[in-house]
Amino acid sequence: MSSYLELSARQRIPHLFDAGSFEEFLPPGARVVSPHLAQLDAPVSFDDGVVVGRGLLDGQVVFGAAQEGGFMGGAVGEVHGAKLVGMLGRAVIENAHAVLLLLESGGVRLHEANAGLIAVSEVMRAILDVRAAGIPVIVAVGGANGCFGGMGIAARCANTVIMSEEGRLAMSGPEVIETANGVEEFDSKDRALVWRTTGGKHRYLVGDCQLLVADDTDAFRAAAIAAMKDARGKGAALTLEDLQAEQGMLERRIRDFGDAPDPLEVWRRLGVPEPAAVPMLKADAFLAMAAQYRAGPGTGEN
Amino acid sequence: MDWQTLANGLFPDGHDIVERDNFLSGTGRIMAAEGSQTVAVIGTTEHAPIGIEIALAQAQAVLRTVKEHPGRPILILVDTQGQRLRHRDEMLGINSYMAHLGKCIDFARRQGHKVLGLVYDQALSGGFITSGLIADACFALPQATIRVMGLPAMARITKVPEERLTELAKDNPVFAPGATNYLRMGGLQALWEHELAAALVEALANVDAVDRRMLLGQERGGRHMAQAVAEAVRTGGDVRPA
Repeated sequence: MSSYLELSARQRIPHLFDAGSFEEFLPPGARVVSPHLAQLDAPVSFDDGVVVGRGLLDGQVVFGAAQEGGFMGGAVGEVHGAKLVGMLGRAVIENAHAVLLLLESGGVRLHEANAGLIAVSEVMRAILDVRAAGIPVIVAVGGANGCFGGMGIAARCANTVIMSEEGRLAMSGPEVIETANGVEEFDSKDRALVWRTTGGKHRYLVGDCQLLVADDTDAFRAAAIAAMKDARGKGAALTLEDLQAEQGMLERRIRDFGDAPDPLEVWRRLGVPEPAAVPMLKADAFLAMAAQYRAGPGTGEN
Repeated sequence: MDWQTLANGLFPDGHDIVERDNFLSGTGRIMAAEGSQTVAVIGTTEHAPIGIEIALAQAQAVLRTVKEHPGRPILILVDTQGQRLRHRDEMLGINSYMAHLGKCIDFARRQGHKVLGLVYDQALSGGFITSGLIADACFALPQATIRVMGLPAMARITKVPEERLTELAKDNPVFAPGATNYLRMGGLQALWEHELAAALVEALANVDAVDRRMLLGQERGGRHMAQAVAEAVRTGGDVRPA
C-alpha cells in the first residue's frame, strides 16, 4: 500500500493502471510547453502539468489523465487543456471502455487567464462527449491541492467521483472567499473548517462523491474498477431522468440544509449520531456509519 | 445595456421575459426564414453573482424546455460578476450546481435544441463557464466585459508586475479582458454590433453542435497551440506549429 496523496501525477499512473500498460500521448520528450509562461518569466514544464494516455485497467482499454499538483497547482492552461481535450476525443474515436481522470487542480491557470478559461469549458464539453458516446468517465480526487475552480465543476460532469478523506472538492478556494468577503465569512486558516466544508467525508455525506476510500493507491484502483463496471452496467450517457433526479437532489439539499451554519449541522440533520466525531473516523468506520445517513443514494448523479 | 432594452432589440415581435431575483426567464418570438419561431430565454441580470439558487433555477428552466418544448432553441443571456463567493455555497457544493446547469444545457444540445449564449454586459470566470461557454456558440455585444480577473489581481497572484501585464496585453489576447480578445481566441463566435434581431436569426440558422473554438482560435491568431496539440493527441501525431 502507498499513499495516493504523497505521489506525483506520474507516479500515480502505474499504481492505478495495470502494471506496465500505460502509453503516454505527447510525452515530455515531445517538449510541448506553454507558449505563455516564458514571457512572464515563469518556469515551463515539458508536460505542461498533465499526463495523458491510454492503458489497461483490469484488462480493459481505459484512457486516462493525471494532473500534476506540483506544477502551478495543476492549473489548466492552453496546452494542458488541449491535451485533455485531445485525449478525451481519442477515447471516443477508439471506443474506450472507460476514461479515468486523476484530477488535482486549482482550476484556470491565471498566467494564461482567458485561454485557461476557454480551455476548461472545452474540457467540460469533451467529458460530456465521452459520456454521450456511452463511455463512463471516472474521476479520482485525493491530491494535496484538491480539485477547485472549473475543474471542480468538470469533476461533477463525470459518472463517478472517487475521493479520499484528504481529497478536497469545491469551486472557490477558502483564501479567495476570505479575500472577497472577510475572515468572518470563511476563515481559510481554520484547517478543520476547510476540511469539513470541502473534504471527502462531507462530499460523500451530501452526495457529491459516490465512493470514499482511504488514502491508498490500491483502494483508489479498486474503486475505479468497481465504478467502471457499475457505470458500464447502468449506461454512461446522461438521461432526462438522471438530470431530473439530480435537480431533485439539489433542491432538497437547499431545502434541508440551506440555513445550516456549518457542515456539522448538515451531518446532524442527516441523522449522524455524533457529528463532532466524524473527522476522526478512519475510512472503514466512517463508511460503515455513513451508509445509512448519506443523502440521496440512487437519486444523485451516477 | 439593460435587459429590457436588449430583449426589445432581440425580439421586436414580442417577448414575455420576466425578471425575478436577477434571474431572467421567458420566451421571445423571432421571424426566421421558415416563419415565426419561439425561442426559450434564460439568463441573469444586474451582474448577478451565480449562487446555488440561481444556477438551479436556470437548470430547471432548461429541463422544462427540453420536456415541454422539444427542439425549441434556447438563448442564454449572460450578465454576471462570477460565482458567488460564500462559505454556504461551497458547503452545499456550488460546483455540483454549476455542473448540473452545464449538464442540462449540454443535454438540451444533444436532444436537438440549438443553444446560444449572449454576453450583453459582463461575464466573469465561474459564472460564464456553465452558461455562455457551454452553449453551441457564444456571442457578445461589443461593449461587453469578459474576463477571468482584472490585471491588478492577476499581477498580485502571478507576481508579474502590472505594467508588464499591461504591456503584454496590448497584443496578446490571453491577458486582457474584453470581448474582442475572446473573439480572437475562439471563445466567442462573433460580436453582435447592430440589428440584434437579425443577428439572432442568422446565428440560429448557422450554429451546430460541434465545438470549433480551438480551430477558430487558431484561424484568428488568438490561440496558436490548442488546436495543434489536441489534434496531435487525438491522432498520435506531432504538434505542428500553426
